[in-house]
Amino acid sequence: MDTLSNYIFPNEFHITWTVMIVLYPYITGMVAGAFIVSSFYHVFNMEKLKTVARFALVSSLAFLLFATVPLLNHLGRPERAFYIMMTPNFSSAMSGFGFIYSFYMIIVVLEIWLSYRVEIIDKYNKSNGIVKFIYLVVLLGNANDNENTRRFDKRLVIALASFGIPVACILHGYVGFLFGSIKANPWWSTPLMFIIFIFSAIVSGLAVLIFLYQFVHWMRKRSIDQDCLDLMAKWLWGFMIIAVTLELMEVLSISYENTERWAILRQLIDGKLKLSYVYLQIGLFSIVPFIMLTITSLSKIKNTKVKNLTIWIASVMLLLQVLFMRWNVVIGGQLVSKSMRGFTEYFPGLWDKEGLIVSFLIILVPFVLLYLFDKVFPFFGEKSH
Amino acid sequence: MEKIERRQFIKLGLFSTAGILVGSFFAFAKTEKDIEVNSYEDLLKFDWGYIVDTTRCIGCGSCVRACKVENEVPEGYFRTWVERFEITKDETVYVDSPKGAIEGFNRDNAQTAEIVKAFFVPKLCNHCYDAPCIQVCPVGASYRSPDKVVLVDKEHCVGCGYCVQACPYGVRYINEEKGVADKCTLCYHRIQKGLAPACVNSCPRNARIYGNLKDPNSEINKVLHQRRYGLLKPDLGTNPKCFYIGLDKEVK
Repeated sequence: MDTLSNYIFPNEFHITWTVMIVLYPYITGMVAGAFIVSSFYHVFNMEKLKTVARFALVSSLAFLLFATVPLLNHLGRPERAFYIMMTPNFSSAMSGFGFIYSFYMIIVVLEIWLSYRVEIIDKYNKSNGIVKFIYLVVLLGNANDNENTRRFDKRLVIALASFGIPVACILHGYVGFLFGSIKANPWWSTPLMFIIFIFSAIVSGLAVLIFLYQFVHWMRKRSIDQDCLDLMAKWLWGFMIIAVTLELMEVLSISYENTERWAILRQLIDGKLKLSYVYLQIGLFSIVPFIMLTITSLSKIKNTKVKNLTIWIASVMLLLQVLFMRWNVVIGGQLVSKSMRGFTEYFPGLWDKEGLIVSFLIILVPFVLLYLFDKVFPFFGEKSH
Repeated sequence: MEKIERRQFIKLGLFSTAGILVGSFFAFAKTEKDIEVNSYEDLLKFDWGYIVDTTRCIGCGSCVRACKVENEVPEGYFRTWVERFEITKDETVYVDSPKGAIEGFNRDNAQTAEIVKAFFVPKLCNHCYDAPCIQVCPVGASYRSPDKVVLVDKEHCVGCGYCVQACPYGVRYINEEKGVADKCTLCYHRIQKGLAPACVNSCPRNARIYGNLKDPNSEINKVLHQRRYGLLKPDLGTNPKCFYIGLDKEVK
């Protein structure tokens, strides 16, 4: 039977999860992805990635520190946010959030502390007065630096990094699970969701590292570590193939099963999400970077400037791909009425509390934080003046 | 036969009319027996259930208005609403619920087509036995009372909105003023005193019935034993406690 009226339940005129909830998985995705890249170096001994290993780790922390900001901005009662850890209801997928998040934060902070310990000791030795005292506090009162301590620290970093990989996957896969386990929502409810989230996280993590690494080096007119960049571009290429394939397989399997939910999802994809999903997420921001990265990965381009620019543009496009993917999942799922007979509308306001300007600021702050961190501990060696 | 005087005849007529009126008021009054709830154990004697008789509903919207007033439901949100289904000769389905039917319905939906079947379906929280909203609440603010009503602790809810996403029936919303989740409580403040929920009380057609499922002699059990009924979205395994008499397959 056809449905002519676009019927939605009367409580569905306002969507509950706004663009803030789009940002949260986007930011944690970069957290998890960047962390996994740094672990490639620490755990799997990929020496080529040494250039970006620490940078990846600090980026991970910068994003992690701000991942909860959009959530707090969205909560109806942000002052009660800690109830999630004080009175957790363990039957809820969301209740583990506080614990997983804090646990992961501890791992990242410890790993950064250990890998910067030598630099902090150096700063401590060179400074005087109150600054010296601050460094001593940061060092937890222990300024010993010799072969033994360095070896011990390195071992600890490897242990933390290898432990951190599953935790990073859990942190982000779990966000996917939050959506995938909602049986009431036909667009979310799929066990593939958390796997898709893990792979898209790695894509966004790699993409943001390539984007920043090249950007910083261009701004400072420094030479790029080509081996490192090539390797990251290849990994990005591989992971984006897996991520996009999974995203398409999900829709394919729903359409092939052809149950009641496909009737409404088909209209969603062909209607409300046509631009953001079909044209942008899949068309422009998946297929085009795929072709670009295929060329840079497989063919031997002698002109490294052209090659690096291609990689950089592809990484920017993939960052947007993941952003659109989050939008299409979070917002797209809520556009479908649970009456299965219609769609609601949503577009964030510009100046709203949960609007576009605030979203832009939330995304921008981690980058500012990275810039400030770089002032104290330069990521890529001392600046050449 | 003794001739009745005109005056006497009128008197008799008036008294008997008044008698029928007062009598029918008691006969059809919807107040249940007095309920005594003094302890936790007393609460365990109850399992509140609900029947919506879609064959009786006329879509007047009294229930929606009564609920709004009784529970101070914010503008634009609904704890209960009424849907209108119109099915035409060529099997096209028109559904609407303008402003939750708070002002009832106008003849303005399927104007041109020939309608072969039409009915109204009131909706409200199903107070499911396996409520997904309770399952997903991260802080345990959504809970089931000992007498099996799904409620929200407004002093504890963080307003994350996960329950709103999890409810397959769209009965939850975030009360923007209070920043917490909100929904039908079956007028918990009333049923505890033996009063009917506002929607049940205001229904002119007895299309809404509530009662204690644990009491074998309750009206709700009598009706459930006599009539055939359906549940909304039974495939989702939520085990709803709101039973729909005369449910059409088009209702979701």
